[in-house]
Amino acid sequence: MADERLLEVRGLKVQFATEDGVVHAVDGVDFALDRGKVLGIVGESGSGKSVTAMTILGLTRDVNTRFEGEVIYKDRNLLDLPENEMQQYRGAEIGMIFQDPMTSLNPVYRVGDQIVEAIQAHEPVDKRKARRRAVELLRQVGIPNPESRVDDYPHQFSGGMRQRAMIAMALSCNPDVLIADEPTTALDVTIQAQIIELIDQLKDDFNSAVILITHDLGVVAEIADDLLVMYAGRVVEHGGKRPLFYDPQHPYTWGLLGSIPRLDRPRSERLHTIEGSPPSLIRLPQGCKFRPRCPHAFEKCLEEPPLENRVETPGHLDRCWLTVEAKRAVRDETIEGGEPAAA
Amino acid sequence: MAAFFMRRFLGAILVLIAVSFITFVIFIVVPGGGPHGTAERIAGKNATPQLVIDIEHKWAFDRPFYVQYWKMMEKAWHGLVGDSNPDNKLLSYTTQQDVVQQIKQGIPATFSLTIGASVIWLFFGILVGVIAAVTAGRLSDRAITILALVGISMPVFWLGIVTRYFLAEKNTWFPDGEYVGLTANPVQWAYHLILPWTVLAVLYIGFYGRVLRNNILDTINEDFVRTARAKGLSRREVLTKHVLRNSLIPVVTLFGLDFAGVLGGGAILTEKVFDLHGVGWYAADALDKFDLPPIMGVTLYGAGFIVLLSVLVDLFYAYLDPRIRPT
Repeated sequence: MADERLLEVRGLKVQFATEDGVVHAVDGVDFALDRGKVLGIVGESGSGKSVTAMTILGLTRDVNTRFEGEVIYKDRNLLDLPENEMQQYRGAEIGMIFQDPMTSLNPVYRVGDQIVEAIQAHEPVDKRKARRRAVELLRQVGIPNPESRVDDYPHQFSGGMRQRAMIAMALSCNPDVLIADEPTTALDVTIQAQIIELIDQLKDDFNSAVILITHDLGVVAEIADDLLVMYAGRVVEHGGKRPLFYDPQHPYTWGLLGSIPRLDRPRSERLHTIEGSPPSLIRLPQGCKFRPRCPHAFEKCLEEPPLENRVETPGHLDRCWLTVEAKRAVRDETIEGGEPAAA
Repeated sequence: MAAFFMRRFLGAILVLIAVSFITFVIFIVVPGGGPHGTAERIAGKNATPQLVIDIEHKWAFDRPFYVQYWKMMEKAWHGLVGDSNPDNKLLSYTTQQDVVQQIKQGIPATFSLTIGASVIWLFFGILVGVIAAVTAGRLSDRAITILALVGISMPVFWLGIVTRYFLAEKNTWFPDGEYVGLTANPVQWAYHLILPWTVLAVLYIGFYGRVLRNNILDTINEDFVRTARAKGLSRREVLTKHVLRNSLIPVVTLFGLDFAGVLGGGAILTEKVFDLHGVGWYAADALDKFDLPPIMGVTLYGAGFIVLLSVLVDLFYAYLDPRIRPT
């Protein structure tokens, strides 16, 4: 039961044809998700995290989109499903919540009605029953007074409450996988922790698995089991949370870890940043996609490194040509004052 | 909600007072042209010295401006409220007709034209807008865009005359103008109105189609539409319940004001071209004769409808969009 495989993504590529050229939004992503686990996908804007998530639900389908690879959910490849069958997976098998709770609910319908709509999209229950369930769901996500709040409109909810309502809606049909796409980015810091905790707790209550997408390693540090670091549409590092935090292998991961503000460092110290900006997804750099921004790049980086296991920990993969020894020697300058390598 | 309604209602009354006062200033205070200028103008072409003196007395031009304003207003609603004093009639001195009575007589034709045409333009405007948005960028969208532009660009008087000439005169498939009362003969009523309805609607169909198409394309990219899809709703449900519902809100405002404008006598050209003796026709006729009292009357009548409809639009808007509902 603990190791029941729910979702497996294999060699996923997503390309958008635009007037300027083909955008390689996702360019080779592999991962697996088991029941009860939380997978964190980390990366900056434009790294392909959201496109990956939306593709799992078939929300990127369009005449101008091309897909490669497989998205296997319980033995079925979702990429091959026709739209009307895919529709039955959305919400019922895989639920999704989005970044901005302010705009993700329809302003003209009552919060409760929007949850009822989600329930009735998949189950033949009458409105009264669905409504009772909506109230129960709102209670479960911690909305006070759900019996009366169920009839509120979204604008009568605060940002945190709206995100809770979104979570209630996403869980309304008991999906096995919950995808949370930057669920806390638009919220106050105090609310962020509550929402993350809520997601973690509901994952256990609903016995599901979670994909948590974020650009903030601090957010996933608490609840993720596995981490996937994405850059320019591909996975640059993949592994368990502890090995990835304590023995990070890719210079991009070091950069992300280095840019988290820390309480144990003097305030006067400038926060570390990764120089430059992500590459254009239309004209990608040759070789390693991080090469133009990487302080440790050398000739070999003109050839793209494969995603492989290079360290002692099995299942910890990275995409960097540097030797493990070289990495461990140089990375602490980047993570500056970070934890010493555990290994 | 009651407070909101009251506030809006009082606001409307203030607007009406302002509009009537501006009308008063334009027609009575500003004209000038000698000591008896205004009265002479109101008297029209048949002015005799005796009539001018008579008018100056009836309109209280020898008294302070607020009395003059009050007299004008008394005339405007004479015949609407029970006021039997014949001196208070708003009379056209050119035709010797009671203006309020004439406007009332024009109302059936104007209302028939407006209501019929607006049903047509709303239905086809929405249909065309939805089709264009759903097929955005494809052939049907482009064809609709071009047709809409043609529709918007064709002047009503031109289209009206051309249709009347080809469909009612050269070929007698349709009656050649004029209005038949609904109660007198419903079939003839509709038959006589088909051409004017269509001609008037064509302009608005193009315009509404364009507006709705763009609203839909804006709404489709909203986050809540993505949420609706992620819930597992069908494409159709997403389109009707989430996209269309939200895109139609601005169209309601547009419709309320256009409808009020035409109802208030704004379809002057259509009524004139098709010989429909409605309020717009009456206004055009008065303009031809330079007969001021009917023009004043129609101005006030039209303003009244626009203000009334804009209140209704506001209330309906609050019903459609809970965010602007008072809490």
